[in-house]
Amino acid sequence: MKPHLGVDLNGLRFTQPVLSASGCLATGHDVPDLVDVRRLGGVVTRSLTFGASKGWATPRASETSSGLITAVGYQNPGVMAFIEEDLPGLREAEVPVVASVAGGSLGEYVNVASSLHLKPGVVALEVCVSCPDDEREGQPFYVRPERLTEVVGAVARLSRVPVFAKLPPLLPGLVETAQACVRAGAFGLTLIDQVPALAVDPHRLRTRTATPVGGLSGPAIKPLALAAVYQVARALPNVPVMGVGGIATAEDAIEFLLAGAWAVQVGTALLVDPSVHVDIAQGILAYLREKGFASPGELRGRVRVLDAGNGSP
Amino acid sequence: MRRVRAEVLNAKRVGAYHSITIVAPEVAERVRPGQFVSVAMPQGRTFLLRRHFSIHQASRRGGWAGTLEFVFDPRGRGSSWLAEVKAHQFLDVIGPLGTAFAYPAKLSTCLLVSEGHGSAPMYFLGQELRARGKRVDMLVGAETEELVFKPIEGKRLAQTIVIATEDGSLGEAGGVTDLLGQVVEATGAQVIYAAAGRKTLQRISEFCAERQIPSQVAVEEEMACGYGLCFSCTVPVIRKDGSGYDNLRACIDGPVFNPARILWDRWIGEEQRMIGTPPEGFPVATTWPG
Repeated sequence: MKPHLGVDLNGLRFTQPVLSASGCLATGHDVPDLVDVRRLGGVVTRSLTFGASKGWATPRASETSSGLITAVGYQNPGVMAFIEEDLPGLREAEVPVVASVAGGSLGEYVNVASSLHLKPGVVALEVCVSCPDDEREGQPFYVRPERLTEVVGAVARLSRVPVFAKLPPLLPGLVETAQACVRAGAFGLTLIDQVPALAVDPHRLRTRTATPVGGLSGPAIKPLALAAVYQVARALPNVPVMGVGGIATAEDAIEFLLAGAWAVQVGTALLVDPSVHVDIAQGILAYLREKGFASPGELRGRVRVLDAGNGSP
Repeated sequence: MRRVRAEVLNAKRVGAYHSITIVAPEVAERVRPGQFVSVAMPQGRTFLLRRHFSIHQASRRGGWAGTLEFVFDPRGRGSSWLAEVKAHQFLDVIGPLGTAFAYPAKLSTCLLVSEGHGSAPMYFLGQELRARGKRVDMLVGAETEELVFKPIEGKRLAQTIVIATEDGSLGEAGGVTDLLGQVVEATGAQVIYAAAGRKTLQRISEFCAERQIPSQVAVEEEMACGYGLCFSCTVPVIRKDGSGYDNLRACIDGPVFNPARILWDRWIGEEQRMIGTPPEGFPVATTWPG
């Protein structure tokens, strides 16, 4: 039996199980040739605000042990400019686009999502809930579960394409929040968003990023991401979950699939190795062949556990 | 830009710095002064990001054809690993990356100003300018004598060279900006090229604006990816039509910029607001991620 790499997320199909994660693939028109976009299952865009956003002050990044802290601040050309200047090139590359929807207010999320309505090439939306909420003193939307589901629900109600809610892992009730997102209309979940993180430079007595607390990504967050995927996938076995966080090798990706992910996204690894997605896909294919599986979907949730616990410690 | 598996031909110490020469004909043929290469760190380490180095030399002819050389300060997690690399090892290299210095069409007297290992690309630039029949003068600065990069080679390459050290251990005492006025007077510089940290570049930019001397600067920015994906290395640059500014990526829209278009106060201000003054005796790292 010859395995294939296609994945089916309750009708949303990708030819490869590896997508690029939000914020890690330039804007669209400016993706360097080094990255073969055609070999990605899909592209999750930079988080798009309604108007152009210049982002935050520099320095915006700091390398940390097995990870990267970034505080870019949603620099993006705005949703309309994205549709005009970036989307056509991605369509030409025939790569499905998952548009990441951001905003500072409920209204902005709605405006961004409306702007993306029926835009050819956009196969799904992903709602970023880590943005500072203008109406709540700049605290991220995810801080209040009801606010989070309000935003996800508003986008889901008006979208004609599947909507994923991208959640950070350190919520008081991750599984409950995921369930609430689904009740509010989310088609699936993307797990996990970056983890709040700080780097301090003791020689200069300052923080290493201009915006002190940034988001941690890279291998450092992989175990957090796996736990989140595992717990949510157990609780919501029929809801598509995209796993993201520290995936840099085929083995990492397979671990996410076994823990319950339906597809995976790579982010930080692309910043280091522009063809990492190609190697990961090939590695998954080799694994499927070796183990006698027909597709990545057959791996989903197959991780064996020693007891029948609910995954919580 | 290409990604190549490049063999190390030579690795050696140059004063306080370290130099690596690699065999990368695909890159060496295309690279121009001001551009840089990106080198991957070994897998399985806790430091992930590629390191970025401006090109010190690219040989297109002769026995060293197809090679290029980059220079770095070996203090830091990634660069100290790289300092251990030996000849015949292979490196994962992407290049050439970024924008290059432009050569003047008519003006013929060029002053090259640099600080620390910012001097490395200036020797490459100086050679290319000389090959185009331009006069090249250099103003090279560093904290101490040990950190002055290749002063002997500078003497060979440039019509005149002025060296400045903060502690006065070699050449004049002070920073390059203290000497800029008198060097420009002495050389009759018509064009200024510079590679240094933000504050020095700002002062050079102000000087050039005042004297109406055309100039180009290479910024030393913190880059996570180096090829345009992540937007961590941005510089606020005024649009050509003057309708505002954009945060441009130093890795693909730079590192060479027209300093007259950089919003220096915004850019430096951002840094100053967070830095404050380090206490005396605290060494300040200048490379990143190092």
